[in-house]
Amino acid sequence: MVDFLSSLSLFPLALTFSAFGIGLWCQKKTRFPLCNPILIGAALVIGVLMLLDYSPELYQEGTDSLSWFLTPATICLAVPLYQQLKILKKNLPAILTGVLAGSVAGLVVVFLLCKLFALDRQFTVTLLPKSITASIAMVLSEENGGIESLSGVVILITGILGNLLGSTLCKLLKLTDPISQGVALGTSAHLVGTSKATELSPLAGAVSTLALVVAGVFVSLIFPVICQLL
Amino acid sequence: MKYISQVLYILLFSALGELLQAVIPLPVPAAIYGILLLLIALSTGLIKENAVADVSSFFLSAMPILFVAPVTKILQYWGLISPNLVAICVIMVVSTLVVFAVAGLVTKWYQKRKGDKENG
Repeated sequence: MVDFLSSLSLFPLALTFSAFGIGLWCQKKTRFPLCNPILIGAALVIGVLMLLDYSPELYQEGTDSLSWFLTPATICLAVPLYQQLKILKKNLPAILTGVLAGSVAGLVVVFLLCKLFALDRQFTVTLLPKSITASIAMVLSEENGGIESLSGVVILITGILGNLLGSTLCKLLKLTDPISQGVALGTSAHLVGTSKATELSPLAGAVSTLALVVAGVFVSLIFPVICQLL
Repeated sequence: MKYISQVLYILLFSALGELLQAVIPLPVPAAIYGILLLLIALSTGLIKENAVADVSSFFLSAMPILFVAPVTKILQYWGLISPNLVAICVIMVVSTLVVFAVAGLVTKWYQKRKGDKENG
C-alpha cells in the first residue's frame, strides 16, 4: 500500500487538498475558531503520513510545486493595497505607531521569556524574529547564528496562532475598526495573519499587508544590533 | 483568455521581484519587492487594476492552502523542538498574544486620540 502510494507522484498534493478541504468543511459546519482549515489540514496530513509510515521528505518534495505559488500569491496583496491606498495614507501615523509598538513589545517579550527558560543564544536568536514574515526572518536568524529552518517552523506556527485566534482576540480586545484589526494581525502573524485579515475585510487585509512589510523592514534593521547585545 | 494574461502579469512581477532580490544585497524577500513594484505599476496607471483583479483575488483566497505542507515540517524538526517543547509553546503563545494586543490597542488609542483632537 505504502509502496504503491509512494509511487504516485500526485499523492502528496491530493492529500494536502483533501485535508485542507476537510478543514474548510469543519470550519463551515462548526464556526468554532479553533476549527482552522490550515491547522486541521496539517494535523490530518501528519496523521496520515504517520499512519502510512510515508516519508515526510517525500511528502515535502511532492508539495514543492505548491510552495512555488507563495511568491506570486503574496504579490497579489498589492491589489488590495492599491485599492485602499487613500485610507492607508490617511491612517499612516496610526498604523506605523501600532506596528513599531507591537514589534518592540514582541522582541522584548521573546527575549525575557528566553532568559526565563534559560534557553541558549542559538535558540534565542532562532525565536526572536518569530512575528515577521518567514523569508526575512529566516535570513536574519541564520546570519546571526540561529537555526534557520527551525525559525521557519516557529514563524509559521506563530502565523497559524494569529490566524486561529484573530477573530476571537479582536472581539476580546474590542478592536472593531479594520485599521487596528489589520495592524494587530499583520504585526503579530505576518502573511498567515494577513490571510485572515483579508477574510475579515478588504481594508483590514490591506492594512495587514502594510503592517507586515513595515514590521519586517523595521525588525531587520534593528535585529543585528539586538544580537550583538545577546 | 483574460486569465492567461492576468497570470502572466503576476508571474512577470514575481520574476522582477526575484531579480531585485538577486541584485540587491539585503535580506528582503522577492515577494516584498514584487508587491512594491506592482503597487507602483498600478498607481502610475502602467497596469490597469482590472488587468490583474480576477486572478489576484483567486490567489489571495487560495493562499491558506499553501501553508499546510510547510507546517508539517514540524515532523522533521521534532528532535530539536521536543527537548524545549514547553518553553517554545509558552514563548509562541504569549508573545503572539502580546504583539497582537499591543499593536492593535496602540493603533486604536492613536486613532481615538486623533479623533478627539479633531472633534474638540
